[in-house]
Amino acid sequence: MADEKDKPRTVEEDGKDDTDISASPRLPASMSPNRHASPSLHQTSPRPGVTVGPLYGVMAEFDNPSNLVAAARRTYEAGYRKINGYSPYPIEELWEAIGFHHTRLPIIVLVGGIIGGLGGFLMQYYLSVFDYPLNVGGKPFNSWPAFIPITFETTILCAALAAVFGMLALNKLPQPYHPVFNAPNFKLATRDHFFLVIEANDPRYEHDEVVEFLKSLEPKEVTDVEV
Amino acid sequence: MNGNYSAPTEVGRWQQRALIIGVVFTLLFAMGAFLDRSQFFHSYLVAYLFWTGIALGSLAILLLQHLTGGAWGLIIRRVLEAATRTIPLMAVLFIPIILGAHQIYPWTHHDEMSKTPALEEKARLYLNLPFFSGRAALYFAIWILTAYLMNKWSREQDRIADRRFTKLMRMISGPGLLLLVLTVTFASVDWAMSLNPDWFSTIYGLLFVIAWALSALAFVIAVMSFLTNREPMSRIVRPNHFQDLGKLMLAFVMLWAYFAFSQFLIVWSGNLPEEIQWYLPRLRGGWGAIAVAVVFFHFAFPFLLLLSASLKRNARKLVMLAGLIILMRFVDLFWMIAPEFSPEGFHVNWMDVVAPIAMGGLWLAVFAWQLSKRPLIPINDPQYDSVLAQAPAHAEH
Repeated sequence: MADEKDKPRTVEEDGKDDTDISASPRLPASMSPNRHASPSLHQTSPRPGVTVGPLYGVMAEFDNPSNLVAAARRTYEAGYRKINGYSPYPIEELWEAIGFHHTRLPIIVLVGGIIGGLGGFLMQYYLSVFDYPLNVGGKPFNSWPAFIPITFETTILCAALAAVFGMLALNKLPQPYHPVFNAPNFKLATRDHFFLVIEANDPRYEHDEVVEFLKSLEPKEVTDVEV
Repeated sequence: MNGNYSAPTEVGRWQQRALIIGVVFTLLFAMGAFLDRSQFFHSYLVAYLFWTGIALGSLAILLLQHLTGGAWGLIIRRVLEAATRTIPLMAVLFIPIILGAHQIYPWTHHDEMSKTPALEEKARLYLNLPFFSGRAALYFAIWILTAYLMNKWSREQDRIADRRFTKLMRMISGPGLLLLVLTVTFASVDWAMSLNPDWFSTIYGLLFVIAWALSALAFVIAVMSFLTNREPMSRIVRPNHFQDLGKLMLAFVMLWAYFAFSQFLIVWSGNLPEEIQWYLPRLRGGWGAIAVAVVFFHFAFPFLLLLSASLKRNARKLVMLAGLIILMRFVDLFWMIAPEFSPEGFHVNWMDVVAPIAMGGLWLAVFAWQLSKRPLIPINDPQYDSVLAQAPAHAEH
């Protein structure tokens, strides 16, 4: 990100719509919260308010999910990898479209389950065989059938805990600040709009190209997203 | 949209092949009736319970998917409906069981039932042939009526796009499912548990409900993977439909294991002579080896594989697992029934193999015939649009 800081970024307006987002009033860059101090506050754009500091990425806005999925698919095919989609509800195709195939979550859950299962069983084994052996109806101390229900429960418990905390960890949550919220229209991502972001840390990221590329996907809007 | 959803012509060829196999093996099996009469009926009972299970399990899943809704149910509904239209065939095939009851059920032998007062009362009040046949007639009346109504309204819905039929089907599904669980419980007690009139288990009925639902689901997955390679289903079915079916299969496998283990755990903990007598022959020698195989290949192996999302999305891999489960369902059923006929040790006869193939051939022929009679997708279902709306996005991919 460091090399992004000294270059001011300009977004051309779409031109077809005067009410579009880049022309809408917004906080001056210096007032936006959590901004990194940047030397590039001076405005080089012909339009005030569209030149911004260091960028998180460029965001395209769509008004329906199939356009978002199609755009995400083309973005992935164009070779961009650090891309992300935002939608009010889960879209099954989207994660495939942005090339998000695997997470480490299943393996974390599996390990959690195995630890829970082994732990539960060994705990009972230790208690019944070593710690406090009781003769119950002449059955052996290691009465494994009786251990199964609790083994099952501890397996589920640890797998579920691993799932919840593993998910939070992999998503780096809780995260009180995220740059995408700097985009003025982004609040609609919880309502009826769909967003695609190409992040600035993508190896192929070249700002003007990215803007042009996103525009070629015929979104409603293309916006820079500040860090 | 392009609304031609008639079944592919291969279904007709399927029907022919199944019929040929069914007829050839039925003749072979019928020969067995002259060679060893009691073995014939023993093999017949296992085969009968297996194939009836697929028909009735399909009815259970049909009612279930009307209650839950969802794309997975819409996609498989016509397969389930075709399977429920085979229940009248199973009613006819029940007649040999009544005719051979004396070879199958110990409670038809007076000397056997006069051993203890409890057995005498059981035979007098419940386990006697007239009442047994009457109960079976009642079960079939309920099942055939439910299946008939579901199929009739579904066809009406195809003809006229009217929300009324959707509501009717949904309305009957709740009570229907309740009634189905009760009748299957009674039927399993009558047809299978009464092989050992001394023994009882209260979870036995539920064990049959889930076992039959599981075999039906595995069968449906097999049929779906066959249909998905061809028009018209190739236009609609997507990997995540198979993932849903796979998830359901995982849930059923776990529920089956839960019931089966609950029964074992309770009997094992109680350690009472009248209860453990059912398990003792089944856990020794050859039967014991089958019990271990059931634990591994009916539960552990499918359970571990079904955890994988990519396997569930892959129709070709999922269908192999479904095939294994169908096979293990038969093995498990054999393990539950056959030891009653040879408690002294493992015993398998050629008729045990021929019977399920003979009955399966006939059953599959009727199933394929029924499947080809109606479009494979209920186009007037309210969920149709939302299911189809997702399809083109996938086709592009």
